[in-house]
Amino acid sequence: MTGSSHPVPVVEAQGVKVSFGAVRALAGVDLVIRQGECVGLVGHNGAGKSTIVNVINGGLSPHDGTLSYEGEAPGRYGINSARGHGIRCVFQELSLCPNLTVIENMRVMHRALSGWGWRSRAAAAIKGKLDEIFPGHRIDRSRAVGDLSIAERQMVEIATAFADVGQKPKLVILDEPTSSLDASLAEQLLAHIRAYVAGGGSIIFISHILGEVLSTATRIVVMKDGRVVADRPASEFTQQKLVQAMGSVVAEKRDARAVRAATSTAPVLSLPLRRGRGLPFKAFPGEIVGLAGLSGHGQTDMLVDLYLSRSGNWLQRRKPEVAFVAGDRGYNGTFPLWSILKNMSVASLGDLSRATFVDEQHEAELGDEWKRKIEVRTQDMENGILSLSGGNQQKVLFARALAARAPIVLMDDPMRGVDIGTKQEVYDILRSEAENGCTFIWYSTEMEEVCICDRVYVFNAGAIVAELAGNDINEENILAASFTEAVIGEAVA
Amino acid sequence: MKIRLSTDSVRLLIPALSLTVLLCAVFYLQPRAMSYTGLNLLFNLAVPITLATIAQMLIMTVNDLDLSMGTFVSFVACVAAAFLPTAPLTGVAILLAAIAAYAVLGVVIHVRQLPSIVVTLGMSFVWGGLAVLILPAPGGQAPVWARWIMTSKPPLMPMAIVASIVIAVLTHFIVMRSSFGVLIRGVGGNTRSVERAGWSIISARAGAYALAAFFAVLAGIALVGLTTSADANIALRYTLLSIAGVILGGGEFVGGRVSPIGAVIGALTLTLAGSFLSFLRISPDWQIGAQGAILIVVLALRLFLNRLEKREKGR
Repeated sequence: MTGSSHPVPVVEAQGVKVSFGAVRALAGVDLVIRQGECVGLVGHNGAGKSTIVNVINGGLSPHDGTLSYEGEAPGRYGINSARGHGIRCVFQELSLCPNLTVIENMRVMHRALSGWGWRSRAAAAIKGKLDEIFPGHRIDRSRAVGDLSIAERQMVEIATAFADVGQKPKLVILDEPTSSLDASLAEQLLAHIRAYVAGGGSIIFISHILGEVLSTATRIVVMKDGRVVADRPASEFTQQKLVQAMGSVVAEKRDARAVRAATSTAPVLSLPLRRGRGLPFKAFPGEIVGLAGLSGHGQTDMLVDLYLSRSGNWLQRRKPEVAFVAGDRGYNGTFPLWSILKNMSVASLGDLSRATFVDEQHEAELGDEWKRKIEVRTQDMENGILSLSGGNQQKVLFARALAARAPIVLMDDPMRGVDIGTKQEVYDILRSEAENGCTFIWYSTEMEEVCICDRVYVFNAGAIVAELAGNDINEENILAASFTEAVIGEAVA
Repeated sequence: MKIRLSTDSVRLLIPALSLTVLLCAVFYLQPRAMSYTGLNLLFNLAVPITLATIAQMLIMTVNDLDLSMGTFVSFVACVAAAFLPTAPLTGVAILLAAIAAYAVLGVVIHVRQLPSIVVTLGMSFVWGGLAVLILPAPGGQAPVWARWIMTSKPPLMPMAIVASIVIAVLTHFIVMRSSFGVLIRGVGGNTRSVERAGWSIISARAGAYALAAFFAVLAGIALVGLTTSADANIALRYTLLSIAGVILGGGEFVGGRVSPIGAVIGALTLTLAGSFLSFLRISPDWQIGAQGAILIVVLALRLFLNRLEKREKGR
């Protein structure tokens, strides 16, 4: 074993538990990173990969369990103690300051670069690393990071993390580092990772491109639902085995629904190819269409495009054609200071008003009707929306969309953080509304929800890569399709 | 071959251009302004405005806005006129306490996640009230040294121009070249990444606020040096002038994109715009509106350039 000659691991986490409110993000994770190994960390959305990374780099304190760097438990958890032990992180979303130049970002990222002449030292360090990792990169170090292309920014960020100014990096955590690099740049990076690991450094490598993980990592850790479900040398895995380890075996088979013979009618909603790739999008009346795939692969963008294509730009349309159920309640869902009733009726005020004044009687009737229909658990619809639990708030948002009587409802992962009982109720509502001819476009990150849909489009890198219908909709097929393009890309590279 | 200009130089181009155009227009209308005394008279009042603009710029660097700038400068002017000549120690102590108060404000705004606009709007009444307490009626006298500096006649260039250049170079060094400047601009650009690199955001913001207060104090003293006396309402319009100056000089409200040299040029442009309108014999009733019109024209020009730049990048 590589690590046996160095008995003290770089990082050791034992029984780490983290929860955000009622949601348990990590349910007791054991993870050991030794010197000279590249650990591939894989798992589906929400498996807890980012959370464990944040615990290791000091951004989050574990609520339970222990964490030690190089054998010693830090006196105080924190970013500085992690960095003091040589732990560096490249985050998935860009984490440089766009208004600063490449050199100035080096100064921000490396506190050791102080004193006179830091500019020239930073310039030399970043140039050396960029030349080493990405030969022939042609990045101007005096330009603001915001002026660089996305790939160039990612290259700068990676080089900054590997740069050695005063203190050597011992463990570099790379979260989806190749997502914005093209094949040749990604290959340069992977080659550098192998060389770095051979030289005794450690890497945690997170990627959804399984081929990359298999070819680069020495050991692969699979996470699921906040736990480590597999931890074996990379040679024991194949692509197939990884996908199996990430997903659960579908326990129960839901009753097969007849695939609607919908193609005879005209689609109520359609979009051409996304970015000129993949499949076109079509939705037929009375259908529940699921959008699946890894999060952030263009599903929300498409929902927004669908919404904008059917809603008035400047003028309010008399009859709404589409309604939108937001996923991020706090950000674009609820009006936190308003009552439940007002939150619910806001989309249908046109229907409710007489001579531009809101007819309160009518509004209250509508509120009662929907309260009964979807069972909002409250004494009084006049209570503030925040008096409800998250799940019930979400029901109110559903009621808002359904009460607007729009024939098409777009849903942007609305069930995040909703308890299972409420979910079941909402599924029933959706089903019955769909029977009445309402069309639902449903983006969800949860597999069981996707499996409820009549038809599913799977996204990868902004394009639809697969269409599944009827009995073909199952976890295995969706997972396989989510990685479709990545596999092709890897084969070509 | 096309010359590639960096974003920063493009940012400086518009303010420099508008100042030049305005200056040419003034010289055309009033050729006698093209002299040592003429320039001094034109830009005399620009020195305190420039300093206040720099102070505002530092606050805007960390994505905040200071709506108490005008009353704070008035307060400082009152302290300077009432205490500095007679009881310098008391005066200096008050001014240091005011700077410390600004640092605390910066911390409170960050820790409690308060909107800076609301906090500083509230503070503007505090500063205004204190100013009235210190100097209930207009009066006081300028410290001799402040008066001497503001009325000195250096060779070659009038005082106002020399002061502007010194302020521009000094603040350029602090904000654009020093580590501290990089840090506070980093906070404005991406607070999370600065935090993840292990810096204390609180001390960075406290530092930015304290430095802003320091420049505002200089603005107040410079103002008293020019006017020889103070009153509690002496600098109320500085709040909006300083914000306009920063924006005119290529700064932005959020994102840590600021330019000290631009801010100085912006402040000079605003001062000159007033004189220009007087030379045009526009009645004072219309001057504020006309000043606004000049601002809108310059800003529209900048938006247009930004759009060109974006289109260039998009390709």
